[in-house]
Amino acid sequence: METGIQALLAPLVVSIVALILMMQIAFKRHAIVSWLLGCTGFILAILALKPMADIVPKMVTPLLLSDQYSLFFSALILFSGLITTLLAKDYLQNRRGENEEFYLLLLLSSLGAMILVSATHVASFLLGMELLGVALYALIAYPERGQLPLEAAIKYLILSGAASAILLFGFALIYAVLGTLSFVGIGQALTQPILEDQQLLILLGTAMVFTGIGFKLSLVPFHMWTPDVYQGAPVPVTGFLATVSKGAIFAALLRLFIDAELYQYQGLMLSLSVLAIASMLAGNLLALKQDNLKRILAYSSIAHIGYLFITLIVYGVLQQPGLAVEAATFYLSAYIITSLAAFSLLSIISSNISETDLDDISHIQGLFWRQPMLALMLTIALLSLAGIPLTVGFIGKFYIFTAGIEGSLWVLLAALIIGSGISIYYYLRIVFQMTMKEPAGGSGAANMDPNSVRLSVLSKFVVWLLIFMMLYLGVLPQTLMEYLGGLSL
Amino acid sequence: MLLLNLILILLVGGAIAWWSERLGTHWPRLVAVFVVLVDLLYLLNYLAGIPIEQLSVVPAASDPSSWLLAYQLDWIPRFGISFHLAMDGLSLVLVLLTLVLGVISIISSWNEKNDRQGFFQANILWTLAGVIGVFLAMDLFLFFLFWEVMLVPMYLLIAIWGHEGKAYASMKFFIFTQFSGLLMLLAILALAILHHSATGVYSFSYFDLLSTPVENGMAHWLMLGFFIAFVVKLPGFPFHTWLPDAHTQAPTAGSVILAGILLKTGAYGLIRFTVPLFPEAALDFAPIAMFLGIAGVIYGAVLAFSQTDFKRLVAYSSVSHMGFVLLGVFAWNSLALQGAVMQMVAHGFSTAALFMIAGALQQRLHTRDMREMGGLWHHMPRMGAVALFFALASLGMPGVGNFVAEFLVLLGLFAVNPWMTAAAALGLITAAVYSLIMMQRAFYGKPKADLVVADFGWLEMNAMAIMIIALIWLGLYPQPVLDMVQPVLDSLFSVVSSNSITVGAQ
Repeated sequence: METGIQALLAPLVVSIVALILMMQIAFKRHAIVSWLLGCTGFILAILALKPMADIVPKMVTPLLLSDQYSLFFSALILFSGLITTLLAKDYLQNRRGENEEFYLLLLLSSLGAMILVSATHVASFLLGMELLGVALYALIAYPERGQLPLEAAIKYLILSGAASAILLFGFALIYAVLGTLSFVGIGQALTQPILEDQQLLILLGTAMVFTGIGFKLSLVPFHMWTPDVYQGAPVPVTGFLATVSKGAIFAALLRLFIDAELYQYQGLMLSLSVLAIASMLAGNLLALKQDNLKRILAYSSIAHIGYLFITLIVYGVLQQPGLAVEAATFYLSAYIITSLAAFSLLSIISSNISETDLDDISHIQGLFWRQPMLALMLTIALLSLAGIPLTVGFIGKFYIFTAGIEGSLWVLLAALIIGSGISIYYYLRIVFQMTMKEPAGGSGAANMDPNSVRLSVLSKFVVWLLIFMMLYLGVLPQTLMEYLGGLSL
Repeated sequence: MLLLNLILILLVGGAIAWWSERLGTHWPRLVAVFVVLVDLLYLLNYLAGIPIEQLSVVPAASDPSSWLLAYQLDWIPRFGISFHLAMDGLSLVLVLLTLVLGVISIISSWNEKNDRQGFFQANILWTLAGVIGVFLAMDLFLFFLFWEVMLVPMYLLIAIWGHEGKAYASMKFFIFTQFSGLLMLLAILALAILHHSATGVYSFSYFDLLSTPVENGMAHWLMLGFFIAFVVKLPGFPFHTWLPDAHTQAPTAGSVILAGILLKTGAYGLIRFTVPLFPEAALDFAPIAMFLGIAGVIYGAVLAFSQTDFKRLVAYSSVSHMGFVLLGVFAWNSLALQGAVMQMVAHGFSTAALFMIAGALQQRLHTRDMREMGGLWHHMPRMGAVALFFALASLGMPGVGNFVAEFLVLLGLFAVNPWMTAAAALGLITAAVYSLIMMQRAFYGKPKADLVVADFGWLEMNAMAIMIIALIWLGLYPQPVLDMVQPVLDSLFSVVSSNSITVGAQ
């Protein structure tokens, strides 16, 4: 069992640090100590990935598989968790209340995400998803007493709970027919002849499973919660939700998809195509009308998940399906880095000015003239989201285009092009706001005294790191490409 | 290395210009002019060193080493992408045009009171770097990268320093180009993937993709992807609607770069990529493309005539003039193509000058409305004389480069389609009408008594003199430019005829 422990070292480290943190809070509250513990937890867990890499792939119990794929996503999750922790310090400092549990919840949530990306069984899949979700409910409502976070948390709690129930019921129906819950087992059982009246159950079960997952990933038409939750949650949490939660669930879905060989079912592929197209178009169109930055990013995330689904759909038609996995993992990495950068910048802008989040588009008017560096960085992040070359977002889009063309998915590609064309409008609108002259007597960034803005060393480090990654991977993506090409599923 | 340095000097120079703002508000423009001049001299220094015969060597499309200059570096081997720059006579002419107009555009904004001078000049230099990249890139991935990247600083130039309607204009400019650019990306990738499935290796190299067999139906679609991207930029009818807005709202230097250089990237793309990559599809499509060209020539001219805004008039005249380029490219014979290239250069100078005059007028009168002008010759005789020269150049007066260009296009087109030639020749008449009406409204007529304005100063006159000399030289002795371009055209003809037996109207 010793190698078993080694194969799960990072999740174990996170669990242990979470326990220590809980004890610390119980005995003596101290924000800085809790923060330090949180950081230590994430850093130790990242270091723990190294010994894990020596023994992968390794199956630990029938539930979890440690392999290159899960390690890569664990690294991404821990990195995002660390970034969120680093940002949260400045963000929470300006806000009243007891903030120690925030880091505990972040650790638990990341633990859930790591379990999710190693899941090879429905049980661990659900376990990870719930651990991730339950910690998130609390995080969304956590640091503020305002109405919006509470509303967002309750909305997310109820809808996400319902989605989990549907998902669970779907899996139950599938289990009733197939008698197995492991991903590979499901795939094998599906290839056996199934009685006609049971086929209906399978169909229903699959539909429910994808409804549940579609909800968590906010695919159209299950996207209604996204803008409200994004808007209501405090900025660092929104960033965490957009990257870790969505990324981990997509990674787990990809594994389920490939292990159970779901790509061979034409009907499923067709319905996923419809959902993907609807997400790309609706997400981008709805973002046009928004004036709240978080809502804009929420709708844009819906569209991005739509783009990402092209890689799932193309998997079955490719001669070398490895390209689809490579495209999916690259796009996901690009999206996570870019979103983290965008939300970090929003968080820094917010934590420096006021106690509530400054997320209305008018708040950043004139930012270019008061804080040229922050504005330039936000511009780079937005251009990366829009997929303009020299940024990592472009390479991601390049991958999706390549995979889509190899698979001749012309309709999906047309939706991708139209969606990207529309998205330029709302990304540039934000850039344009930043370049505008300061308004007379407004309350936005333009009115803040440039000298009063204190960018802590920490925040500076975080955003510079993310911007550097975005540009480096946009200009020299070869190393990451080679690494991702070697991930096998 | 020289090619890479050409781009790097501008990129780094832009950063220095931005930084130099700290030293004083006049520093950025000094730095900017200095940087572009250094770049220009660097290139000229190289040119002085090569034997003149080398310019007439026909560059082989399959062998980049026969080009004037080439630079290649592995970049993303996963997809066979390399950082590949190369220069032949055509690129050389256009890079020279870019750098000369770059200097002029910086001078054109010398006296304008733009705030944030540092960032302004940085964006100008970065746009120039992107354009030069477009003219030199021989890897289609790299080409697309420069194609998109040059948009961003241009967008910022319009969005930050533009006039009253800048929000709408800059957004429209970016969305039009970006959307059509994605269609081109799709076509580039599809071509690369066809190459991959035919040979088993990924490559985005122009030289590899030239020989990629594409079945006819597919070729039509891919050709269209390239065509739309380039025609939007050109701009050709009916994709021209972004241009009047963008030109009118851009600051003077932005208009000069946009009209003088950026539009030429579209024309360059048509000559370099659209036709050689898909010769048969392009031939099938030629009648439609030529029809769009004629429509642009006439429609642009009619709209130019009905404008009251000085800058809009010049902008629509660009639509009209660039229609000739479209005609010249798709007539695809030596004369017509020489005319198209000549038109790119001549139009670059004449329109840049007219936009500079428009900018100077706006700065002095605070309006672009020609109904509020009139009699300006009386107040500004130097500007009036210069404007008259460029109006005559624009209408195609013999002895000026524009005449040579349009004449060659019509001559070449006549061999292909006499009726279309007759229709396109109407453009020469309409050009006279709108050019003269522009002079009439703005500079002739009764002077306003109480107007006190400064005439062109020595700096502006020098910039104008450069362009006047260039246009007269192109008009009286165009042979050096034609000689530089002819080997490239020969090589493109051989590519096209080896790719298809049927193509080639010569």
